[in-house]
Amino acid sequence: MDITRFVSTHKKLLLVGFLFLILIFLATFPLYAGKYDVRVLTFILIYVVLAVSWAMFSGTTGYMSLAPAAFFGLGIYAMALLQKELPFPLIIAIGGALSFAFAVLVGLVTLRLRGMYFAIFTFGLVVFMTEIVQYLETRLLGRHGQSIIPIDNDTLFYIMIGLAVVTVLITYLIRRSRWGLALLSIGGNEEAAEHMGVNTTMVKVFIFAISAAFMGAAGVIAAPVLLYVNSNIAFSVFYSFMPIFMAILGGTGVVYGPVVGAVILGYLETTLRSQLFNYFMLVFGIIMVLIILFLPSGITGLLPILRDKLKGVISKLRKENEGEPHANT
Amino acid sequence: MPILEGQGVTKLFGGLAAVSDVDFHVDQGEILGLIGPNGAGKTTLFNLISAALPLSSGEIKFKGQKINGLKPHQICRMGVSRTFQETKVFPNIPVLQNVLLGAFFGTPARISGAAAASEANQALEFVGLSAMGATPINDLTLGSQKRVEVARALATKPELLLLDELMAGLTSTEVGEAMELVTRIRDMGITIVMVEHVMKAIMGISSRVMVLNHGERIAEGTCDEVSSNRQVIDIYLGEETHAGS
Amino acid sequence: MGERVLQLIIVGILQGSVYGLLAMGLSMQYGVCRVLNITHGEFVMLGAVLTYMLSTGLGLNPLLAPVILGPLLFGLGFLLQATLFKALKARAPSPAAFEGNGLLAAFGVLYIIEHIARITFGSTLMPSYYLADRVSFLGMDFVLNQFVTFGIALALGVAVYLFLNRSRMGKAIRATAEDPATAGLMGVNTNMILPFSFGLGALLAAVAGTLISTKTAVSTGIGFSNTVIALIVVVLGGLGSIPGSFVAGIVIGIVSMLVAGLWEPILTVPVYYAMLMVLLLVRPTGILGKK
Repeated sequence: MDITRFVSTHKKLLLVGFLFLILIFLATFPLYAGKYDVRVLTFILIYVVLAVSWAMFSGTTGYMSLAPAAFFGLGIYAMALLQKELPFPLIIAIGGALSFAFAVLVGLVTLRLRGMYFAIFTFGLVVFMTEIVQYLETRLLGRHGQSIIPIDNDTLFYIMIGLAVVTVLITYLIRRSRWGLALLSIGGNEEAAEHMGVNTTMVKVFIFAISAAFMGAAGVIAAPVLLYVNSNIAFSVFYSFMPIFMAILGGTGVVYGPVVGAVILGYLETTLRSQLFNYFMLVFGIIMVLIILFLPSGITGLLPILRDKLKGVISKLRKENEGEPHANT
Repeated sequence: MPILEGQGVTKLFGGLAAVSDVDFHVDQGEILGLIGPNGAGKTTLFNLISAALPLSSGEIKFKGQKINGLKPHQICRMGVSRTFQETKVFPNIPVLQNVLLGAFFGTPARISGAAAASEANQALEFVGLSAMGATPINDLTLGSQKRVEVARALATKPELLLLDELMAGLTSTEVGEAMELVTRIRDMGITIVMVEHVMKAIMGISSRVMVLNHGERIAEGTCDEVSSNRQVIDIYLGEETHAGS
Repeated sequence: MGERVLQLIIVGILQGSVYGLLAMGLSMQYGVCRVLNITHGEFVMLGAVLTYMLSTGLGLNPLLAPVILGPLLFGLGFLLQATLFKALKARAPSPAAFEGNGLLAAFGVLYIIEHIARITFGSTLMPSYYLADRVSFLGMDFVLNQFVTFGIALALGVAVYLFLNRSRMGKAIRATAEDPATAGLMGVNTNMILPFSFGLGALLAAVAGTLISTKTAVSTGIGFSNTVIALIVVVLGGLGSIPGSFVAGIVIGIVSMLVAGLWEPILTVPVYYAMLMVLLLVRPTGILGKK
């Protein structure tokens, strides 16, 4: 029974094969799934982008940003305002660019703050956006909220797959590069990192802005999925906390951790949300507390422990099979 | 021209002067010992040199260039590196990654991944930890963690290295090993300033010693000169030489 | 015009005292327990909604509601710290990690409390004005409950301040906030002090809720906006500074009335936020108060 040996020598091949299968599954999904399911999966992919980009910055540096909803909402409103003026792909790029620029501004001011203050300020940013956008909308456009011209379900789905793949890929490349190391060193001991030559301000602001860009782009795509948006929907604090909990549930130690969390919680959210909203939120709150209490390093944080246990079990079985005296582990 | 010099260096916290009008110079290739009672301002002086704290007044020059007012990462890239009194290693990444960070970012020139890895491994080997690359930091003893800090600082290719209480908390054997390490670093051509309370180390390897007390420089000279200086004996060395290392 | 501004300022001071009370509670919870209690607003909501229930259902004078609700919500806060946050602290690998986890857990609790309330009481608006008579002061018009709530908030604020600075327990609380480890070594029972402080913060929130319910209509949804205000005031006054919180509360009260009265009510929060951002640029190491 040489499964463990087979797995470890062909690890890379198996991984690529696995990812390929997932991609095929996603690509062919609309062919056999109903319209509603495609929408659900589209929204889950949105959560994947939000969770992965949140973890890109906050999971490494330890600066807890509560701002995702601000950048996500910015993208939503970019779509709401530009939907009739410009082609969709261009709006996505603009949504990303706007969020990037906005994040640079916010980052330059707030990233010199200690942990808790940074969290509070990014939280306040979301509320700030909600109120300001509502004010501007009522004052300048004479309305509160607007509907979004629908875009073909499947098109949105495929675009979203594209964005999700790009987000995960770029996050992975950054993680593996010297910049990923710089981010982790900032999370480990920012003063030491600075003294070893890392321009911490630049690294923090830049990565914060990149993660914001992905959130903004996701917002643009989310708008036609939501079909109706207003400042409370677009900048709902829920879109800050959901990605965070998804990332934590999945585990921020690896790039695919937040993906796992996003799929699980995203599925729960989209299927349960419609029924009995208050009960869903209550259950969600309970789940949140349980996750923080019992699974702070996430599901992927458990994997090394599980893997070791599994190895132990397998080697024990192997020794029994080969008739050797039972070794004391 | 000294590799590092300071004139009128002063740091005020509120009304209190942690460092008061200190002049100093460090010659290339020497080991300068920096001693003084607790709270004398030694670590503060390091923090002023490395720009962890801004100067209240005065000037610090490295290789003739004014460095006060620059940011720590810029000073590192110019060729000044340091270790910390509280051992600021990165607890969330393994040993090799700690040192790699220094290799990647500590020099102004762009360096390839392979070159950085090679630098990092060399630094680890130099401090005697080449087998520990993949070990998580928290599994290491204090002495080993300090060596990782040194390796990390060395990976930034410094010309001047500031060591802040490297020997604190080490056993007598470890102190001997650390002294040998510091000497080897000096032999590579790196100038060293070391803050220490362990007199055996200071007197053993420093070429010159500077003494601070209440933020002021009260003595400077060779080991013999300083250890026979009445003022120094009175306020500091008196207890130390009796207590041993 | 000048008189209008003066009137707004006075109302702002009267209103701000309640904000100050709110923020004092939050500041204490963070200062002692190191938990950024984002659920704070929900305690305000509970205070407000339960006061409404008691006064309309049982005919109880709303100003007496804190007699019942105070201990009740104190107990809830006490329990939260003694169970959830204590457990989190024990499991956290570092103080920074604990603060982050505490914040996230508090958010979960927020959802739990808010939605239990919504399920139980519904989401409708609950208007119950108490002492809504017109009162003339300095020749301008005010409402009686504005002065009454100011008086109560001020009295309670002073009482808390005196408690923290003059009483033995208050000293123990301040010692724990300063340095929990040392305080423990000096004989302070941190196992009691932490939940007590958290409960006290919750009690202040509940009283603030009662006071708010006498002046405006409330509902189960008011929690969030009150948390936001509490956070802004606390940051302005300095996380952990009790007197700072009260003063900052007054300041925010004044700003809020001026912005709402002279410009646009919806812009109050953006204005506070912009104020804080500007303050940050000028004083990057922090705002008023310590840390």
